[in-house]
Amino acid sequence: MTTPAIRFDHISKTYASSKATWRDRFSGVTKPGFLAVSDVSLEIEQGEFFGLLGPNGAGKTSLISILAGLCLATEGQAFVYGYNVLSDFRLARRALGVVPQELVYDPFFTVRETLRIQSGYFGLNHNDNWIDEILSNLGLTDKADTNMRSLSGGMKRRVLVAQALVHRPPVIVLDEPTAGVDVDLRRSLWEFISRLNKAGHTILLTTHYLEEAEALCGRIAMLKSGKIIALDTTQALLARVGGAGLEEAFVHIMKDTPQLAKGTPA
Amino acid sequence: MSTSTIDTPVVITVSDVGISSGFRTLFYKELLRFWKVSFQTIAAPVITAALYLVVFAQVLQDRINVYGEIPYTAFLIPGLMMMSMLQNAFSNPSSSLIQSRVTGNLVFVLLTPISHREFFSAYVFAAVVRGIVVGSAVWLISFFFLSLTIEHIGWVLTFAVLATSIMGVLGLIAGLYCEKFDQLSAFQNFLIMPATFLSGVFYSINSLPPFWQAVSHWNPIFYTIDGFRYGFFGLSDTSPWKSLVVVSFVLIVLTWLALRLLASGYKLRT
Repeated sequence: MTTPAIRFDHISKTYASSKATWRDRFSGVTKPGFLAVSDVSLEIEQGEFFGLLGPNGAGKTSLISILAGLCLATEGQAFVYGYNVLSDFRLARRALGVVPQELVYDPFFTVRETLRIQSGYFGLNHNDNWIDEILSNLGLTDKADTNMRSLSGGMKRRVLVAQALVHRPPVIVLDEPTAGVDVDLRRSLWEFISRLNKAGHTILLTTHYLEEAEALCGRIAMLKSGKIIALDTTQALLARVGGAGLEEAFVHIMKDTPQLAKGTPA
Repeated sequence: MSTSTIDTPVVITVSDVGISSGFRTLFYKELLRFWKVSFQTIAAPVITAALYLVVFAQVLQDRINVYGEIPYTAFLIPGLMMMSMLQNAFSNPSSSLIQSRVTGNLVFVLLTPISHREFFSAYVFAAVVRGIVVGSAVWLISFFFLSLTIEHIGWVLTFAVLATSIMGVLGLIAGLYCEKFDQLSAFQNFLIMPATFLSGVFYSINSLPPFWQAVSHWNPIFYTIDGFRYGFFGLSDTSPWKSLVVVSFVLIVLTWLALRLLASGYKLRT
């Protein structure tokens, strides 16, 4: 059996209460935090196109942040290609490319500088051929020497994707990559990501556009209040509602699950 | 399109992929960041130092006598060099970190295999470079006023590196601690500025009343300026060896603290 591309092992995450005052800290009083992820275990195999769906605040981004090492799990362990994201962080991060949800950029640099720097962070200092190829595939070649500040929102989004791919990671995580993106870019982005998937990259996608998930993902997990409430192949999920579409299945599953106490004190 | 690398099967095993260090790139990026706005990061502090020289040196030249035969302008130059170095070494990591945190682009560094020690070194080394570039520029400008010779170059360089390192580490800690720009400027205005101004940039602390002399001896910045000045004149308020011990001790304590914060993911990894 091959190593799973991504493995979450009993992951829980509680965010500390932001209202904790200095007096609380000294007196040892702990205010209940916010439970964002609750005992999630999940394995994603190599080469899968996997969808992580759920309403806002369900814990999708927290789970991805734990995988990327941006956020520390309160309990449990996470692995990328079998590498623990904490104890083997160098290899785990080398294997992972993340497209963040927020449209962030460094206003000091041009597109090419941004990608060269990102590549250098991974110790890849002679990576121009690959950078050129990503630029051309994302339609960014003529913007290569433009400062990040002057790019439109859609172009900035493409650079975010390019940054995540600069070290050719086998596992790619896309956190709502098409939020606020026009139809053209959305199409070209999915065409590109599908090609990467066919070449063997494992894709983990979160999105609120369920028709996208339906068309692309082989398997889907649905999260609600930090728990996995459904985990199956897209076909099987569709079959539950007689093939009426993923949106229908989503609404059904969300409704059928009793409302878990959101933000339950941990 | 079918011939592109993108469509060739991806290298799935990463165990054999050597992870070389991203430190060099982060260090280079931090240098590039201030170099791209060098008008603001180098020219501006040099002009400020030149103005201090014009005003103070002209006004006080014949009124203050510090170390016997040494003219006041000569006394002032190492102090101004060190003050500019300290302030700029502090600014480099603190403003870079707070900007990256406020805009969110620090995530690009946090997603990479760069370790907390590499992160620390890159920010602090860049601070040292900026401090020394500004200090050297102030020194060059000072030749318009007076040609200052260096008595012991070794002491000058030692204190330049140690002092800018201290401020680099302090800037890193401030950049981690502060969440907003106004908190950072409070740090700068209420801690860094008073500590540098009350450290003997403009005067010898021997000319202060006993109480303020005693207070100055508790200010670590005083030792950086005093030791640095010893390198120029072979004269100082306190022994350069004592200054070396104090300054090294402060650097070690701050480095330990900063590394602890970074290793714990303080305000970086929630």
